[in-house]
Amino acid sequence: MDERRDTQHRFSGGAIAWAFFLSFCGSVGLAIVYTLGGQVQLEGALLFLSLGGLAIGLVLWSHWLMPQGPDLEDRALLPWDQRDEEQAERAFAAGMSEIARRKFLGRLLGAAVAAFGFTLLFPIRSLGSRPGSALYKTAWRRGARAVTPDGAPVRADGLVDNAFLTVFPEGKTDQADSQVVLIKVPAGAFKTLPGREDWSPERIVGFSKICTHAGCPVGLYQAQTADLYCPCHQSVFYVPDGAVPTSGPATRPLPQLPLAIDAEGFVVAQSDFHEPVGPAFWRLGRRP
Amino acid sequence: MIKATVRWLDERVGATGFVRESLNKVFPDHWSFLFGEIALYAFVVLVVTGIFLAYFFQPSLAQKVYTGGYAPLHGAHVSAAYDSALNLSFGVRAGLVMRQTHHWAADVFVAAIVVHLCRIFFTGAFRKPREINWWIGLTLLVLALFNGFTGYSMLDDLLSGTGLRIAYSIALSIPFIGTWMAFLVFGGEFPSDRIISRLFTTHVFIVPALITALIAVHLAIVWRQKHTQFPGGARTDRNVEGVKFWPTYAAKSTALFLGVASVLTALGGLAQINPIWLYGPFRPETVTSPAQPDWYLGWTEGALRIFPSWEIRFHGFVIANPFFPAVLLPGITFALLYLWPIIDRRFGGDREPHHLLERPRDRPGRTALGAAALTFYMVLFLAGSNDLLARWLSTPVTTITWVFRVLVVVAPVVVGLAVHRAMKAFQTSGAEAFSKVPLRSFLRPRLSGDR
Repeated sequence: MDERRDTQHRFSGGAIAWAFFLSFCGSVGLAIVYTLGGQVQLEGALLFLSLGGLAIGLVLWSHWLMPQGPDLEDRALLPWDQRDEEQAERAFAAGMSEIARRKFLGRLLGAAVAAFGFTLLFPIRSLGSRPGSALYKTAWRRGARAVTPDGAPVRADGLVDNAFLTVFPEGKTDQADSQVVLIKVPAGAFKTLPGREDWSPERIVGFSKICTHAGCPVGLYQAQTADLYCPCHQSVFYVPDGAVPTSGPATRPLPQLPLAIDAEGFVVAQSDFHEPVGPAFWRLGRRP
Repeated sequence: MIKATVRWLDERVGATGFVRESLNKVFPDHWSFLFGEIALYAFVVLVVTGIFLAYFFQPSLAQKVYTGGYAPLHGAHVSAAYDSALNLSFGVRAGLVMRQTHHWAADVFVAAIVVHLCRIFFTGAFRKPREINWWIGLTLLVLALFNGFTGYSMLDDLLSGTGLRIAYSIALSIPFIGTWMAFLVFGGEFPSDRIISRLFTTHVFIVPALITALIAVHLAIVWRQKHTQFPGGARTDRNVEGVKFWPTYAAKSTALFLGVASVLTALGGLAQINPIWLYGPFRPETVTSPAQPDWYLGWTEGALRIFPSWEIRFHGFVIANPFFPAVLLPGITFALLYLWPIIDRRFGGDREPHHLLERPRDRPGRTALGAAALTFYMVLFLAGSNDLLARWLSTPVTTITWVFRVLVVVAPVVVGLAVHRAMKAFQTSGAEAFSKVPLRSFLRPRLSGDR
């Protein structure tokens, strides 16, 4: 019996020693790899070896060679001491009655603390600007030329059917809320909506590129179906009917930008959008 | 030597009583008790790797032309934040393994917390006297989710910029206060130049401090109340059976820490994660496709994708569409979780303190409800990849979305009923293994009791 345990102990000791030895080798290897300039896969593998070797050595040691119990320990049930509890209650009540005796002072203290607590809200107000009318307008103005993100203006006669490009107002390519998709729709493939008859000169239409659902750029245009796709939550907007949502979570059409062509043949805006662009918010329909 | 140390300490802080008690403290041994420890050790790895990363990352949107170690991006206009994250990956020795280990550790941290939460839920470990620790644990989960998001959002790459844009839109959708909230948090209209440095301060300082403090309280309470244990053998509500802290449990737990660290570093070195150089720098008019968040936000992403195109409008006011799946749903989810100890007590529980765990089969109603809830969130998680599924299955994404809209209602009910039956079957079949439970007890659970 003893002999068997001896053999078992010797085997366990051997396995644990191997684990620690491998860990040691891993750390030496890490030092070498690091000195030679580092290599991410080797570093991962060697860290696995040095930490994992230690882990396996220790777990085997604790499992094979340490006391396994089971040990029993008493568990005191709460509350631990009834008398302590009563004394604490009494001590608190005594102090409280001292304070409560001075009713006027107590109330004034309350008012002063509340007033100061209110002033602590001021720094929160400093964190951002007043929303004001920011969400109702973009950088598009009457006569603003449409330019690509690189700043190149767009000539109306340079666009072939189904051309699809992203534009900003000239000089405002950093204005994220002003991004617009220009599409040259094929003849007969677009219904001008009432009141928008002169918004799409030479069959060039412009829609806000910001999804009305959660604000992602509506970046994919499929010419065969004339659909604009939002890659974030799969809203689909049907361009010929005025970019109305036909599938997915979006609820509002993409706002259309009234376009014109200036004397030199470049695409320009007639004005800003007539409605807020981007995702909806509480006072969406109550422009200040 | 030991004697001198103990004497030195005892003369100054009188700690021997506590030390002796702690060394002899008995810990119950069960594999399902390890998940909380795994979360703890993943957090240690997060702190160690995070400190290293913080020494290199620059939370700034100052623009520059990229000239660093990743050739395909040479000449691109990038922010200092994105540039420093790339430099960390390509220019700093051991930087990439640290960065990737940090990201993997965050994913494992949240996963371990969620599995730990499930263990606590399904075995009734949240019952009196452990409600406080249930609430602290839930708060830790919320903080972990939040800090995961702030962490990967501050690199100013295209994928994380997309996530921030959606977060901004979700904030905007909140009735009454949404617009102000979005403007105060982001420092103005999206994309503002203030958000990256705010994310950084929140991510490396505020939330980690909160997590550390709450973990300390969480563990102190476990230490004080002692661990729960499964019924059986000599185990009662008035004792703890297991192995002593010193040396066996200490060695096992240290081994677990080293094991967690070794797996995380192996992942960090061998398994690429969040390759921001492939996504490119953030530009407001571009977007990555496909775009999925880290796994733990997949359920909100899925909810956003399959929620129908509804919103509420009246007199020019709007309760916007994202409010329902991305504010209301998480709000209800966590409200129910926080209230769960009270709800459970109302339906079939009692007001007595418990230290022995319940087996899931002993409370088939709770187990079925938990399984149904997990199914619901799993369907939402999968719906978060409806575009990828559409591509792999060559099916229109609209069809996939409709399938998920049906599944999210039907699947939880089916799973809940099936689990309820299964638990009843286990009850009547005693402690037999799953495979030994006769089929008929699944089909007619109540009748098979008298076989």
